Amino acid sequence: MKHYWWKILAILLLLYSIIMGILGKVPALPIVHETIRNVYFHVPMWFAMFTLYLISVIYSIKYLSSNDPKHDLVAVESVNVGIVFCLLGLATGMIWANFTWGAPWPNDPKTNGSAIATLMYLAYLVLRNALEEEQKRGRISAIYNIFAFPIMIVLMYILPKNTDSLHPGAGGNSGFGDFDLDGSMKAVLYPASLGWILVGTWLMTLRFRIRKLEYQSHTAAD
Amino acid sequence: MSLLKEVTSLIRKEILLEWRFKYAINGILLYVVSTVFVCYQAFKSVDPTTWNALFWIILLFASVNAINKSFVQESRSRQLYYYTISSAKAVILSKIGYNILVMLLLSAIAYLVYSIIFRNPLGDPVLYFLVVILGSMSFASVFTMVSGISAKAGNNSTLMAILSFPIVIPLLLILIKVSKNAMDGLDRSVSTDELVVLLAINIITVAISLLLFPYLWRD
Repeated sequence: MKHYWWKILAILLLLYSIIMGILGKVPALPIVHETIRNVYFHVPMWFAMFTLYLISVIYSIKYLSSNDPKHDLVAVESVNVGIVFCLLGLATGMIWANFTWGAPWPNDPKTNGSAIATLMYLAYLVLRNALEEEQKRGRISAIYNIFAFPIMIVLMYILPKNTDSLHPGAGGNSGFGDFDLDGSMKAVLYPASLGWILVGTWLMTLRFRIRKLEYQSHTAAD
Repeated sequence: MSLLKEVTSLIRKEILLEWRFKYAINGILLYVVSTVFVCYQAFKSVDPTTWNALFWIILLFASVNAINKSFVQESRSRQLYYYTISSAKAVILSKIGYNILVMLLLSAIAYLVYSIIFRNPLGDPVLYFLVVILGSMSFASVFTMVSGISAKAGNNSTLMAILSFPIVIPLLLILIKVSKNAMDGLDRSVSTDELVVLLAINIITVAISLLLFPYLWRD
């Protein structure tokens, strides 16, 4: 019970966010209408992705100072799961954009930025495949990962802020906080974000444990 | 102080090596000029937005090709020799410094040839040239580290492109935007925000390269 309380919490938070997200009260707005409920699913994907990339870069730094292969495995699995969340975020965003902005891929800096950031992390995985020797692979991919992280922040969070963007809170648009006057949406959005972050971490730890077992049986066989 | 001395002597060594053979620099200059000619023959005349975008694309590919080589021309044993006599920080700083010099030369010539052949009115040539200089410095600082990474990974040029293009896109977007501002002759205060972001990205990449290169170098 001590170890897995946060997994139960994740499931409860997700259940709460799905039920409250579909049944809860939302402000009536033009154009967006009921699709505003997508904010409970679209935004948490990006929170989860960011958390996983952050975990990845932390473990890359740890790997460089420790040379412990476990840290490298955590870093790569965080990126793997982070990419899945990024793709989910793009997918939910595209569905949403199709209803509100009229096209699944409007020329929006934030959308483009996240697609490019995904390319960067896919390049990280390609780089890993290009290197055969295990220690070299860990070290060089850790270096690239640390190098890519600030660029990802610039692409997704700094550049869209000072260009014209369709996303709320960017380019002079008002943020969601302006519509959510009584805080009823925040009461769903934040638990949902926490829930998805925990699920992402859970997935990452599962994948990490599988990889660790593979690694141990591999090294034991040699 | 000794770091500065190491860096300057390493840069001098790079320039000397290049001066003896003149292979890389001539090749890359020819590359730029012929690309400009190909674009000129293909497009004849273009609208300002395309002119600007085309210039940066030419410069991007030229710089990838120029910097791609920076870690592979020297043999492993010679690199080992540098490792014994100088610090990793001095090596990466000297590489970045040398690549900045190369890129300055390259972009100045590219800009000159491009604007002579491909005539296009510029609203604010001084600012445009400043952006070209800043842009070539940023390309140099980003690509040097990435070429170091791809050189360690067997150095195929596909890997270099895959690794560097997503990283350089934010820079390129800002550069295209600011240079378009300069082209249209907008007031300089419009572009200050972007120039600050550009400088900040430069400083961050150089700082991260300095921190990470010692780990890359060790082999």
